[in-house]
Amino acid sequence: MRSNPAVRGRRIKHALVIGALAVTAVLAADSLVHSVAAQTPFGGPRPPVTEQAGGVIGWLLAKQSEFYREMSSTIRAAKSDGSAVWTLLAISFAYGIFHAAGPGHGKAVISSYLVANQETARRGIALSFVSAMLQSLVAVLIVAIGAWLLNITARSMCGAEKVVAIASYGLIAAFGARLVWTKGVSFIRALQATPPAPALALASASASHDHGGHDHADHGHVHHHHDHSHAHHDHAHGHHGHDHADSHDHDHAGDHVHDEHCGHSHGPLPSELAGPGGWQRGIGAIFAVGLRPCSGAILVLVFALAQGLFWAGIAATFVMGLGTAITVASIAVLAVSARGVARRLSGASDGGGALIMRGIEFAAAGLVLLFGIGLLTGYVFAEPLTCLQSIL
Amino acid sequence: MKPATSRLIGWLLAAFLGVFASTTAHAHPHVWITSTSELMYAPDGSITGVRHAWTFDDMFSTYALQGIESKKKGVYTHEELAPLAQTNVESLKEFAYFTFPKADGKKGKFLEPVDYFLEYKGGFLVLHFTLPLKTPIKTKELSLEIFDPTFFVDFKLADKEPVRLVGAPEGCKLGFQRPNDGAASAQAIGEQNFLEGDNSNFGAMFANKITVTCP
Repeated sequence: MRSNPAVRGRRIKHALVIGALAVTAVLAADSLVHSVAAQTPFGGPRPPVTEQAGGVIGWLLAKQSEFYREMSSTIRAAKSDGSAVWTLLAISFAYGIFHAAGPGHGKAVISSYLVANQETARRGIALSFVSAMLQSLVAVLIVAIGAWLLNITARSMCGAEKVVAIASYGLIAAFGARLVWTKGVSFIRALQATPPAPALALASASASHDHGGHDHADHGHVHHHHDHSHAHHDHAHGHHGHDHADSHDHDHAGDHVHDEHCGHSHGPLPSELAGPGGWQRGIGAIFAVGLRPCSGAILVLVFALAQGLFWAGIAATFVMGLGTAITVASIAVLAVSARGVARRLSGASDGGGALIMRGIEFAAAGLVLLFGIGLLTGYVFAEPLTCLQSIL
Repeated sequence: MKPATSRLIGWLLAAFLGVFASTTAHAHPHVWITSTSELMYAPDGSITGVRHAWTFDDMFSTYALQGIESKKKGVYTHEELAPLAQTNVESLKEFAYFTFPKADGKKGKFLEPVDYFLEYKGGFLVLHFTLPLKTPIKTKELSLEIFDPTFFVDFKLADKEPVRLVGAPEGCKLGFQRPNDGAASAQAIGEQNFLEGDNSNFGAMFANKITVTCP
């Protein structure tokens, strides 16, 4: 705050670059892994850069295919040899991990949401697991009701999948729109609040009560807990700073408690995770991401049902979900950490830094909305439903 | 602050677009097809069409059969499977039947499939169908690629006799490129296709290429 305008300007510029890179890095690293040799939207040749990652993709795909293809033979084997079920579960778990490392909008949406909404890493992990479990549950329900109870054809079952998928994409869009609205408001406020350089001293006086304390805490934490404590500050910051109008379900009681804990790296309180405004806050994200089942799970379930081992298929589906959750959670934690890094690098204690963070959040909120719209319009390529493609 | 603000917006836009564009297309297979094909020749030595027999993997076969009634459990006649076969070939149209012929730098086009039916044997569904060429191709060198550009379907040429020439002139030779031999070759094919400037899409890395050279 004592730095001169020129230095300050340079610092902001620097931080802007880093901030933007941080958001891009997390989300792009995620999408890059599986978008590699993808066609460009205009059907033109893909940039040469993507060529080199082909090996990684090739390997991921090969591994995933390997596990997936072993599933059918293992289910067959389980008919005569009960111990093969354990093998099936192990394969399903591995498939889940590799599958989620591949395509899927879920990770991108969860990561963007976490960045936009100043969530903790722990909540990121919780969201990843709950949405993955919901996804498994939806797959099991579709097959249990469609194939087992009603014995409808794959094509009609796919109709149900389609409805669920569209509902899920619509939810992502609606959810994104809400985030964009709230984050847009704080971003615009941050823009207005950012004083021109000469007025700096004045502004910093008023700004310091928002940010001062948190900053110290930030510097104090080097070990991995800083993610949590970070986000605490963010919460507090959001409340006491700009976000009064956005009455968006933060738990006030919780905030008070962790205000007192400021500077200690306690994890979030259980009440924050599970209490009112805890789950409720994330439930939109959970449903948006977890509603649409994975084609692979549906296929495994129908196959297991036909082999008379539906229960093994259900177990496999949930274990698969567990594997998926681990991958998604890792990416979510990465996103939250990157946000923390961006926050520190941008020096969030001053107006410019706060602006950058509000900007990053706004951008992430925009991404969620764009994903939703993109999925709805078919511009963002989601994993095809088994019947949307070619064969059925 | 103004320039910094606009720069911020610029960066955020760039971040948006970067992430968005890179997430637009990606896929991985959920259906595996083992392909055997016949190339059909007219007496004058021109190629008139392709007849495919595509065997689906057991998991997808089971899925496709879900809810389809049969008189005898586990046995499906061609008639019982006829509606499904109909749907299959109709849906395949949008994807150009995953079959891409090329001769003398020109792409061949197909008419609607004929003589199609589904067969169920040994737990696998086999889709048989004939693709007549719009205009028969007379050429010394034909290339035929079989692949799904979106890579939802993973095609594999059958190990034994993946292509037969029916009524071909004497001395025609067949050549194959199988991406499934390994990731390395898949990548090489990808690069090659990329350099050629055609089929530069994901699935092309996993394309199966058949070449027929005739004297």
